[in-house]
Amino acid sequence: MSGGGTPKGFPTPEELASVDLQSVPIKGWMDPRINFEGRRGTWSYPAAAKNLRYLKMHNPREWSPTDEDWKLPPDWKKTILNGMADRLERFRSFKIMMDICVRCGACSDKCHFFIGSGDPKNMPVLRAELLRSIYRRELTTVGKILGGLAGGRELTVDVLKEWYYYFFQCTECRRCSVFCPYGIDTAEVTMIARELLNLVGLNINWVLEPAANCQRTGNHLGIEPHAFVDNIDFFLDEIEENVGYKPEVPINKKGADVLFITPSGDVFADPAIYTLMGYFLLFDFLKKKHGFNWTMSAYASEGGNFGLFTSNEMVKRLNAKMYREAERLGVKWILGGECGHMWRVVNQYMDTMNGPSPSNLVIPESPFTPTIFTNAASTKMVHITEFTADLIKHKKLPLDPSRNDRYRVTFHDSCNPARAMGLFEEPRYILQNACNNFWDMPRSTIRESTFCCGGGAGLGNDENFEMRMRGGLPRGNAVRYMQKKHGVNVLSCICAIDKATLPPVCDYWAPGVEVAGVHELLANALVIKEGEVRENNLRGEPLAVESDQTEGQD
Amino acid sequence: MSVIVAFLLFAFVLGVGLGVGLVPGLHPVFGRYVPWLAFLFFVGGVIWRVLRWASSPVPFRIPTTAGQNRSLDWIKPSRLDNPTTTLGVIGRMLLEVLFFRSLFRNTRAEVHEGPQVAYGSSKWLWAGAMAFHWSFLIILLRHFRLFMEPAPFFATGLASLDGFFQIGIPALYVTNILILAGLSYLLLRRLLDPQLRYISLPADYFPLLLLLGIVLTGVMMRHLDPFRVDLIKVKQLALGLVSFDTAAVVPKGIGATFWVHLVFITTLLFYFPLSKLMHAGGVFLSPTRNLANNNRARRHVNPWNPEVEVHEYDHWEHEFHDKIVACGLPLDNPADEEA
Ligand code: SF4
Ligand code: SF4
Repeated sequence: MSGGGTPKGFPTPEELASVDLQSVPIKGWMDPRINFEGRRGTWSYPAAAKNLRYLKMHNPREWSPTDEDWKLPPDWKKTILNGMADRLERFRSFKIMMDICVRCGACSDKCHFFIGSGDPKNMPVLRAELLRSIYRRELTTVGKILGGLAGGRELTVDVLKEWYYYFFQCTECRRCSVFCPYGIDTAEVTMIARELLNLVGLNINWVLEPAANCQRTGNHLGIEPHAFVDNIDFFLDEIEENVGYKPEVPINKKGADVLFITPSGDVFADPAIYTLMGYFLLFDFLKKKHGFNWTMSAYASEGGNFGLFTSNEMVKRLNAKMYREAERLGVKWILGGECGHMWRVVNQYMDTMNGPSPSNLVIPESPFTPTIFTNAASTKMVHITEFTADLIKHKKLPLDPSRNDRYRVTFHDSCNPARAMGLFEEPRYILQNACNNFWDMPRSTIRESTFCCGGGAGLGNDENFEMRMRGGLPRGNAVRYMQKKHGVNVLSCICAIDKATLPPVCDYWAPGVEVAGVHELLANALVIKEGEVRENNLRGEPLAVESDQTEGQD
Repeated sequence: MSVIVAFLLFAFVLGVGLGVGLVPGLHPVFGRYVPWLAFLFFVGGVIWRVLRWASSPVPFRIPTTAGQNRSLDWIKPSRLDNPTTTLGVIGRMLLEVLFFRSLFRNTRAEVHEGPQVAYGSSKWLWAGAMAFHWSFLIILLRHFRLFMEPAPFFATGLASLDGFFQIGIPALYVTNILILAGLSYLLLRRLLDPQLRYISLPADYFPLLLLLGIVLTGVMMRHLDPFRVDLIKVKQLALGLVSFDTAAVVPKGIGATFWVHLVFITTLLFYFPLSKLMHAGGVFLSPTRNLANNNRARRHVNPWNPEVEVHEYDHWEHEFHDKIVACGLPLDNPADEEA
């Protein structure tokens, strides 16, 4: 799902970063009008009608945000207001978040899009106020009487357009919610706002096309079963070429113990494919050595879930395949690959939406260590870094970190594993065992305070390139700092969207830094056979470090 | 604009207060019935608002995790910033409510040339909020000396602690200084910080003005000669108020400052349930803070879990039948082959 390189004529990093966070427009924020034509590069194309039709969603049609007429259904206003009222009754989160913000501003400069653009409506507090102001005016008594004095705005077509612009300019990263004294989560507000927009057919193609694909084929990229198998065969050949060893990958195998599900980006795009190769090497090693009985699925061939950027119902539809397939194949538990928003879904929604888990699933137990994953006792799904960290801890994986010596590594905490799960130590533990050169980025930019790649939640498309680079500023700048300070040349991460969106961010803000999955680095270091000699890493680059040119040393 | 509206509103309330202070005929109404009404409105309003929130279910368990989760035995979990147990949640909520844990994390982002993005520590908002809220609580408790006869031990105790430094006669309360500093800071930053001024509504300035009004009139009554009031009479009135006794007399000649003070408080009681001040109740119900991050271990139930249409395996196999056969994957329904 990657965007191309930096387009010609794009501003330089110095130009793009000349934002003044302190300057605000003279005019207040209540005027909703947006010049879409003048702001090309900062918004995403609408969903194609065919995708909406396939998913049986509202108001399929061809249109463009630059059109004057957005072809809304005639009763759009009633639909939105009823939709809001309905969601206020269904989500306590929404009701609370509409009512208790004190506009203290603690969240205001926590959003990467605000830091990179200086646009005050990208302060999380104002993003939420865009919706709150309508709520106050249209749905509360005080607001109906006092109107603008109570901070209310009338719901107009211009407001909807403004919502389209700003709620598809939030990556639902939850950074703001860490800093809010009441835990107001603008990501949650954005999720509800997107549900509302979907009611009248306002959505973006980069979300809905993957969702439609996933519904049909089982994965976002629309890879049909034969192509899925072909792609994997191709990667196996590639592994053989680079490592001199060809793993076996069972697909749709009944009676396997473990079903492995990873985002389809891993099966498709560079550099995520190297992570996939890493899994294959690891699993095959475990199979040969300990008889690991695993399988992938061509039906549940997507770990990610673009329903998360659409509506809770869509999350449930797409996610359902995981348990369905686990039941059909009769596995004992599910192992999930490196992915960010996938793990938000698995950790916070899956069991609630599609559970209880099928009865053939058991509390996950590592086949090779005494570990029982009681933290996954109900979902029966384990994160790959939990699985691997446990193996390393129990000395089940012979590792030669010097094979990664050409890499000087830092780690990007992806938003969802960070702030919707709290997965911080496992990937670091793996990296520290698989690499000799590892450093963390500055504290305000990692762990719970980590910055988004700028392209999550469906925004990682080419037409939105400027906004992505702006949103990528805080992350890219921290990487640049590490590059200068420690000569870092690899940014590792555990998210397939990151693997698509961080390369352009690095190319732009910290040129020379590559992006790699944690399991790619692990597999480089993994000694598959005793005395094994490897010449190349998974990318086919020679392992030996010759007078490596790094840009500065510690 | 927002500031002006808030000031006008505040000026109006002040006008009412002065009017009441100067027209003794209004005292029985504003010294009894209006505060009673305000109190009932406050209690009823707060309960109603909380019940309204609570009436909406919590479909999903969505804590914001701000520390390591509990996973493998040898990895130390962050029990308070990412709780997995009820005890942990209680701890997290206590930290949040008593010490404003999240606000304490605050940083300030700046984009310098280079470009270089810097994040400075920024604890003033936290300090101002702590100074205000804690002083407010202590001052409220101190006031129980007026509401109870004999004065309860905690109120007298707090008062003597609070006046510990014995500066001036009557002793200056530390909390009075802190609350003034806190409120002034909160107001000034709203007025002077361009970002904050931009997002502020009248509803953000008004309560600050009102609270400042309450504190200032309170301090004036205690320390500034021309405004001093007769405490015996004030206590007499206060006891009458809390007794809810219509027969209790409203003492005469308390002094206008007191009436302004009382009208401000009455206004606050009316205003509270209608406004963002309800954050005091809402924070307890905030699903990103008050839930344990244990979804994978214990199933959370959504009462309205919707039925959705899923692309079932059988359909999928049927749709891609030939391609599945071609690439050699097994079929569940080989019968399809003849079809
Ligand atoms: S930090 Fe929370 S309360 Fe403060 S402005 Fe942001 S959302 Fe509102
Ligand atoms: S969730 Fe992330 S992108 Fe959205 S407003 Fe908050 S900080 Fe910004």
